[in-house]
Amino acid sequence: MTARIGLALALLLAVSAGADVGHAAEPIRIASKNSNESYLLSEIAAQLLESKGFAVERRFGLGGTLIAFDALVAGEIDLYMEYTGTLSQAILKLGHDASREAMNQRLKGDGLRLLGPFGFNNTYAIAVRREQAQALGLARIGDLAGQPALKLVFSHEFLEREDGWPGLKRAYGLPFGATGIEHALAYQAIAEGSLDVTDAYSTDGELLRYDLVLLEDDRRFFPRYLAAPLVRVDVGAQVIEVLETLGGSLDDAAAQALNAAVVVDGLSFADVAAGFLAERGVAAESAAGAGGDDLWRSLAANTAQHLKLTLTALGAAVAVGLLLSLLIFRRAVAARLVVYLCGLLQTVPSIALLALMIPLFGIGAAPAVVALFLYSLLPVVRNTVTALTTIDPTLLRVADAMGLSRRQQIRHVYLPLSMPSVLAGIRTAAVINIGTATLAAFIGAGGLGDPIVTGLALNDVSFILQGAVPAALLAIATELAFEGVERVAVPGHLRAR
Amino acid sequence: MWGLPHGFAAPCHHARQAPLSFRDLISGSLGAILAAEAVQFDGVAKAFAGVPVLDGVNLSFPAGLTTAVVGESGSGKTTLLQLINGVLQPDAGQVRVFGEAVPRQAVEPFRRRIGYAVQGAGLFPHLTNRQNVVLLAQLEGWTQDAIEARYAELLEEMDLPEEVSRRYPHQLSGGQQQRVGLCRALMLKPGLLLLDEPFSAVDPITRVGIYERFEFVQRHEGVSTVLVTHDMREAVHLGDRLVILRAGQVVRSGTTDEVVNAPGDSYVEQLVNQQL
Repeated sequence: MTARIGLALALLLAVSAGADVGHAAEPIRIASKNSNESYLLSEIAAQLLESKGFAVERRFGLGGTLIAFDALVAGEIDLYMEYTGTLSQAILKLGHDASREAMNQRLKGDGLRLLGPFGFNNTYAIAVRREQAQALGLARIGDLAGQPALKLVFSHEFLEREDGWPGLKRAYGLPFGATGIEHALAYQAIAEGSLDVTDAYSTDGELLRYDLVLLEDDRRFFPRYLAAPLVRVDVGAQVIEVLETLGGSLDDAAAQALNAAVVVDGLSFADVAAGFLAERGVAAESAAGAGGDDLWRSLAANTAQHLKLTLTALGAAVAVGLLLSLLIFRRAVAARLVVYLCGLLQTVPSIALLALMIPLFGIGAAPAVVALFLYSLLPVVRNTVTALTTIDPTLLRVADAMGLSRRQQIRHVYLPLSMPSVLAGIRTAAVINIGTATLAAFIGAGGLGDPIVTGLALNDVSFILQGAVPAALLAIATELAFEGVERVAVPGHLRAR
Repeated sequence: MWGLPHGFAAPCHHARQAPLSFRDLISGSLGAILAAEAVQFDGVAKAFAGVPVLDGVNLSFPAGLTTAVVGESGSGKTTLLQLINGVLQPDAGQVRVFGEAVPRQAVEPFRRRIGYAVQGAGLFPHLTNRQNVVLLAQLEGWTQDAIEARYAELLEEMDLPEEVSRRYPHQLSGGQQQRVGLCRALMLKPGLLLLDEPFSAVDPITRVGIYERFEFVQRHEGVSTVLVTHDMREAVHLGDRLVILRAGQVVRSGTTDEVVNAPGDSYVEQLVNQQL
C-alpha cells in the first residue's frame, strides 16, 4: 500500500514537471513584476531583443520582488527589471543607496548582474489628493505630523520594508498607525476618499489620472530607485550588450509619460513599447494588437490553462487523498494526525504557499499545481475519513460475518456508503481550486489569473473581469457538473441534502 | 466444501467453478463421519480484559435442527456466535463446525458457508434488495442463470413479491426487510445459519408470520440453525433444542420439551414461567 502511495506521488511530480517542459529553442525568459512600469520596461527589453533576432519568452506579472528574485537565482527566468533601492535594501541588505559596483560584487556569487539603469528615479513617494493638500496646507512629509485625523493606508510591501513605513515613521517622527492595501487598489481608494495618504511610485501614470500630489521628502529619507535590467550572466554577452543600450534612455518625465500612455490612455504595453523603440530608431513589431478576436482567443487559452492547472491538481488530490484515507482510517491516531496536517496546510495563505513552492519547483505551472494539490487534500481527506469512520457498525459486522474480504468490504461497503460525503469533499476542493488557481498567475503559471494580475497592474477593471467572470462561471459549472455526477453515482435516498 | 454431501452443504448443482480439491474431499469425508454435530464446543473459555464471558462451555448443536440459545444481555450469547464464525478465537478449548476447527486465518471462505442474519436485517442501504441478496453469489462467480434460479427460489420460499427486487431496503416494511435478510443469509445454500436476535425489531403480529415462514424454509433447506435470543417465547417457538446461558455458563440444555417440562434449575424455571 505504501508503495502505491509512493507511485501516486511520483506520478504527481511527473505530471507537474511535465507541465513545465519545452524550452527547445532556449528562448530568453523575461519576467516582470506585477506593476505596470515593470511590465512596460520588460516589454521594451523583449521587443528590443526580438528586433535583434533573439527568441523571447514573456513571463510577466510575477507576484512581488522575492518571487521574481528567487526565480532569477533558481534559473527559472533570465532577467527582469529591478530597482536599485529595492535591490540594495530589501534583497541584499546593503543599506541606504549602495553603489552599483557594491551590489554587483554581491550578486556575482549567484551569477547575476545589474546592468546600467534606464535613468529615471522611481522612488517611493507619499501621495495625497490635491484638494486635500491645498485645504490642509500639506507640502512636505513632515507636515503630516500635525494631522492625526488623516487615514494612512499603505501597500503591504511598503508597510513591511525597512525603507518603507517603519523607517519613514522614525525619520519624520510620525505618530500614526497605518494599515495595508493592495497597491493597485490604493489609487482608486484614495480618489474615492476612503483613505487619505498612501505610498506611490514617483513615476506612476495614475498620479496624473487621479490628480494626486506628492509630498516632498525634505529629509531625503527614501533611497533612489533607478530601474535597471537584472540579468543572469549566463544569458550571454550578446544579450547583455543589447540590454546595455537601454541605459540612460528614460528620464523621470519620459517614464511618467510612458506609464500614463498605458494607464491613462489605455494603450497596450506592446504598442507603447513599440512606439518608444521606434523613436529610438528600432523597428520593433508590436506583438499583440488588441483586436476582438484576440480577446476570445486569450480567453480560451487562459481558460484551458486554468482547467489544466485545476484538474491536474484535483485529480492528484483525489487519488492521493482517497488512498491515504483508506490506509489510515482504521487507526484513530494516524487519521487524526493526517487530517490535522492537511488542515494546517489549508491555513497557509495561498500566495505564501505559492511563494514557498518556488525554491522547490521554480516558477510556472509545476509549483502552482503542487500548491493547489496541497490545498485540495483537506476537503478530500477529511470528508473521506469522516465518512469511512462513521459507517453503521451493524453493516460492518454483517459484511465481516458474510465472509467479505477486506478488499471486498472496501469496494462493496465502505466506498459506496462514503460516496456522498467523498463527492462533497471533491466538489469543495474543485471550487476552492478554481478560485485559488487565479493566484497562480503571480508565479507565472498563467490561467485566468493572468488578466487579473495585468488588470491590477493597470488598475483596469475590464482586464480583471476577463479573469474573474470566467473563473466564477467555471465555479458554477463545476457545482452543476458535480450535481450531475452525484445523481448518477448515488441513489436518491443516500444523497446529501 | 465441507459438510454432508446432501446435508450441510445442501444440493450443490450450481457448483463453484473450481474443482474439488484434495482438502475438500478429506474434510468432506470427515464432515460425513462427524456430521451428527453441526457445531461442537469443547471446554471453550473466552475472557475480555480478564473478565470471563464464556467459562468452560461444552455444547453440541445437532445437524439439521434449530438450537435456540437463550440468555440475557451479558450472558455471553453473542460471544458464542462470534466464536462459531471465527470473528473471535477462544482462549481455551476448541470450536468445531461440521467437524472442522474454526480457522484462524483466511477465514472468508469458511464464513461464506455460514449464513448470518442480524437484528434489524442489516441490509446495505446503497444496494437494492436483490443486489443485497445476490452479492455473495456474484463474488463467488456463480453464473447468471444459477443466481436467477436461486434468487427466485428464495423469494418464493420467503413469500416475497417480485416487486421488492428493484426497491431499496428502506422502502420495505420491517418484516419484509427481515425476510430479505434471511434470503441473503441463505443465498449460497449454507449448511449452517446463525441468527443474532433477527426478529426482535419486528412487531409481534408480523413476527408470528415470519416464524412460520422461517420454520418452513429451515426444514425445506435442511439448514442447521443456531438462534440467539433473549426471548424465551421465541426460543420455544422456533427451537428444536434449547440452551440456557447465564453469566457465561450453560445452566441447562436439551430438547425444547425436556427443558420446558423439567427446568431442573430455578433460573430456568423462572424463565419458563415468566415467558410462557
